[in-house]
Amino acid sequence: MMIFGFLAQTLRIAMPYLFASSGGVISERAGMIALTLEGYMLIAAFTAALGSHYAGPWVGLLTGVAGGVAAALLYGVCCIRYRANQVVVGIAINLFAIGITRFFLRLIFDSSSNSPRIAGFTETGTGFAALALNPLVWLGLLSLPAVGWILFRTPFGLRLRAVGEHPGAALSVGVPVQRVRWIAVAISGAFAGLGGAYLALDQHQFTDGMTAGRGFIAIAATIFGRWHPRLVAIACVLFAGAETLQIQLQGAQLVPSQFVEMIPYVLTIVALAGVVGRAVPPAALGKSEV
Amino acid sequence: MIRLAGIEKRFGPVLANRGATLEVSAGEIHALVGENGAGKSTLMRILSGMFQPNAGRMEVAGKDVTGWSTAEAIKAGVGMVHQHFMLVPTLTVTENITLGAELTKGGGRLDRARGRAEMQALIERTGLHVPPEHRVADLTVGEAQRVEILKTLYRGAKVLILDEPTAVLSPAEVNELWRVLRKLRDEGGTIVLITHKLDEVMAISETITVMRQGETVGRLKTASTSPAEIAKMMVGREVVLAQRTADTRPKAQDPRPQAVAALEVKDLTVPSARKKNAVDGISFSVAPGEILGIAGVEGNGQTELIEAIAGLRDVASGSITMADTDISRLSVRKRGDLGLSHIPEDRHERGLILEYSVAANLILGQQHRFTKRGALDVTRIAEHARRLIAAFDIRPADASLPARALSGGNQQKIVIAREMGGARDFKILLASQPTRGVDVGAIEFIHAQLRAARDAGKGVLLVSADLNEVLALSDRIAVMYGGRVVAIVPGASATAEALGSFMTGAAA
Amino acid sequence: MRAKLEEALLPPIVALLIALIVGDVLILSFGQSPAAVFRLLLEGTWGNAYGFGQVLYKATMLTFTGLAVGLALRAGLFNIGAESQLAAGGFAAALVGLVLPAGLPALLVLPAYVLAAAVGGGAVGIVPGVLKARFGAHEVITTIMLNFIVLALLNYLIAERFSVHDTLHTAEIKSGALPRLADVFPAFHGSAANTVLFLGVLVVAALWWFLFRTRAGFELRAVGLQPRAAEYGGVRVGRVWWTSMALAGAVAGIGGLNYVLGYKRYYEEGFGAGAGFLGIAVALVGRNHPVGIVIAAVLFATLSQGGLAVNALVPKQMVDVLQAVVIISMATAVPEVRRALLAIRPAASAKATA
Repeated sequence: MMIFGFLAQTLRIAMPYLFASSGGVISERAGMIALTLEGYMLIAAFTAALGSHYAGPWVGLLTGVAGGVAAALLYGVCCIRYRANQVVVGIAINLFAIGITRFFLRLIFDSSSNSPRIAGFTETGTGFAALALNPLVWLGLLSLPAVGWILFRTPFGLRLRAVGEHPGAALSVGVPVQRVRWIAVAISGAFAGLGGAYLALDQHQFTDGMTAGRGFIAIAATIFGRWHPRLVAIACVLFAGAETLQIQLQGAQLVPSQFVEMIPYVLTIVALAGVVGRAVPPAALGKSEV
Repeated sequence: MIRLAGIEKRFGPVLANRGATLEVSAGEIHALVGENGAGKSTLMRILSGMFQPNAGRMEVAGKDVTGWSTAEAIKAGVGMVHQHFMLVPTLTVTENITLGAELTKGGGRLDRARGRAEMQALIERTGLHVPPEHRVADLTVGEAQRVEILKTLYRGAKVLILDEPTAVLSPAEVNELWRVLRKLRDEGGTIVLITHKLDEVMAISETITVMRQGETVGRLKTASTSPAEIAKMMVGREVVLAQRTADTRPKAQDPRPQAVAALEVKDLTVPSARKKNAVDGISFSVAPGEILGIAGVEGNGQTELIEAIAGLRDVASGSITMADTDISRLSVRKRGDLGLSHIPEDRHERGLILEYSVAANLILGQQHRFTKRGALDVTRIAEHARRLIAAFDIRPADASLPARALSGGNQQKIVIAREMGGARDFKILLASQPTRGVDVGAIEFIHAQLRAARDAGKGVLLVSADLNEVLALSDRIAVMYGGRVVAIVPGASATAEALGSFMTGAAA
Repeated sequence: MRAKLEEALLPPIVALLIALIVGDVLILSFGQSPAAVFRLLLEGTWGNAYGFGQVLYKATMLTFTGLAVGLALRAGLFNIGAESQLAAGGFAAALVGLVLPAGLPALLVLPAYVLAAAVGGGAVGIVPGVLKARFGAHEVITTIMLNFIVLALLNYLIAERFSVHDTLHTAEIKSGALPRLADVFPAFHGSAANTVLFLGVLVVAALWWFLFRTRAGFELRAVGLQPRAAEYGGVRVGRVWWTSMALAGAVAGIGGLNYVLGYKRYYEEGFGAGAGFLGIAVALVGRNHPVGIVIAAVLFATLSQGGLAVNALVPKQMVDVLQAVVIISMATAVPEVRRALLAIRPAASAKATA
């Protein structure tokens, strides 16, 4: 029974990572840096809470996605249309998300810390039964496979990968490079939006700063998984599993929780430094010109 | 079949094509020749739809297609194979070829099976063998080029334009390419080959168009012409050769035979990203009081050679000696301290920091000599700048201006003043394209500086794509082709025609 | 010269205008009058001694982190790690404070604190620099990752070993505390402003001198502008990368003294309060120039404190939003202004490229 509880909790923790890293893979494979995942998720969590508060969880899911996409479009305007530096704008959007969600939290819900309780997809329990009833869980399990399908089984995915590696080559055969980037960014916003919606609906409220760095763990998973959906999925589950392990072993005090926290980040640096095979990003990542 | 008339193309202040013409008959292999900067690539990029002309008229198969786009050109069957491949390294051959025109089956999915089959059929049909499922990054250069050709054929190209296709190929791969092109011609295709290599032109083409300085200067039938005649047209009789007077005429005899060589290069090999070496076992020496000019069309290893001597590029084997000191393993700074000066071929990328002031640029590479206990000696730097600006007539005479604000000629003067002037005691000067983008008045000045250095007993290694410059200045001339030195001749007796043959690989 | 000034000043002005507009929208959505809010903001910051003191304190913090980011940017590197470099420096200083015997004069032990803070921050800063020089690992990701790692590590050290019971801070340092401004000027009573401010001014001057008057600074800026030309000029680009990251980290670390030496006299988790990230905004708006950074730091500090002052009328989070808007606008305006200026004056650029 313990093992089921462990798996269920791992799955629960992994959900936001799976969603957000799906967005990370799509965005970065098209050459657009995805530092913004954290910001997308936070804004989406808020808009999802908003939607669910007024019209129930299904509407909340939709407004969550809409929030993520809206944030992604802002990123697109600055970095695709105006070719601003993707790193700087990415960090700024994360800061913007923190500020704007807090502002509207005050404005709409008159609170500095959290929204009122909202309806989610599961009311009680955290076991497998509860998870199975949550449509977002099913979506989450499908998100990285969906990204894999798009990238490797569709013409659009082929063009997207070409744009992320060698936009000049793509342009030379008539692929509309800017349009592909826009679509990739929008899709990443949608996926991250689902992640934010999951968070808010699962915890039945929006809390200030509730994403708590999950977007960065998603980036870590994306890099550690070498931008391959299958490996990224493994990374997400791995990171989530370590977290679950730490929580369950809390009493035993085997490894301090802070060191478990560090695992994704250390692994990412190791991957980038090439200690166990270099993680090479898409060649045109971060370059806004063609 | 193809007719271009009066084509004019301008990039900012530069006129790349002026009144260029081209006539290609259907089913022939047509060579478009000329030196670097003659305007060949630009003209063909206009034909392939990548650029639009400012003036002129284009006709393909009788239809007016002036100013069309790449998409329209591709649809009409005109495809271009670029000098620098437009291939995505991480994708497979099949993926690269079908990109933008992918085959799909139900549900919007890629139909890989059909794609594979079509690739096989295409490969069989054209005889261009490539492993269709390999990633492009794993291919040889020859194979990668075949993929580029297949890309155009897949889209039904009937007119194939190839830009310097043999630049990166080995002799065996070149022969393969000829076989392929002849086959395509036999099947009804039309081929335009941009090249500067006359041996190839004689081997493969039927008709030749010669371009020089943006315009078309001649149209020849290969069968009834010779490399010498073509070279003459490329280089141009009426172009003014810099005047050679009694003072400037290079010395006929060997300068001071007993002196230690200012620079000696032995069996130098510099690798390139490709399989072929950029510099392939070169040996030569420059004596003090001599200008050794390296003639050759750009891209034959000159850049890599100079960078290796300067310390900016690693060598695979061989040695570099400067006045008896082996500098092969020394840092850039150490080489400079020991007496190596370098005028780089690209002043905007290497030679100057455009945002820095003239004064700062005048000490670039020497900043450690203008330091007092870690701090820059502002007074000495200002004085140094004042002296050099006056001596080299750099205008405007304001040392605080950013280098960006000066004209090309004055920017080059900064580099030259820094590398040659003042207290700079150098033994060997590497001068790479020293008068590129410089106005006529400054050219004279720069040439005078180089001669003065020679007369003062320094060694000068001059690299220039401008044959006239090499002829006017050099005591001895070496010709580089394909990473090797193919000839060394005394400057006094060299002629443009003879050198042209060596430069274009025509002479064995 | 005029063109250079235009290119330097136009983007911040544009960015601030956009921020102003967004601010008005937010204020109006809260049913308040922008004029009233801005008046209250000014009163609460520059209008009274306490507020001004808070502005000075925050501006000091932001100056250090802004310099940490700006210095690295001058070498062409993105230092997103100022937050953890700041914390590490503060922590190192606090450790020194625990070890030193009580009662020593402040001026005597100040060098020890500065050194500790510099080493603490520098140790964190050097890692991404080495990873880039040696492995080509992009410093954006490594600095972000290292932020999390270092902050988690510090959290562990505090929670498990060094904290005073039931708090998240260390014990007070025993000697060397620097006086608050309130100790000298009673009007500043209650504000956090302290004499580390003057240390900040010194660091600004020192860095200005370093960047523009020393050979090392000459080479650092060359690497940031045109690495290939710097290489031609005999500069070892890789070495400049890790040394400038170490220096940037050290500067951020010294900023920690603002809290640990001058204000609370202990290390507390989260004392930086986001100064590391805001440092990016400060560096951008200040155009990576020490003097510009000081001005930008004062600006952002005013905004920050102003947010608190107007909290009665409009949520102080509006300021967080405005700060982000300024960064986004700056990032978008800089290349756009450059493109626009080139289009208006092609003659000058053609001359340059001829």
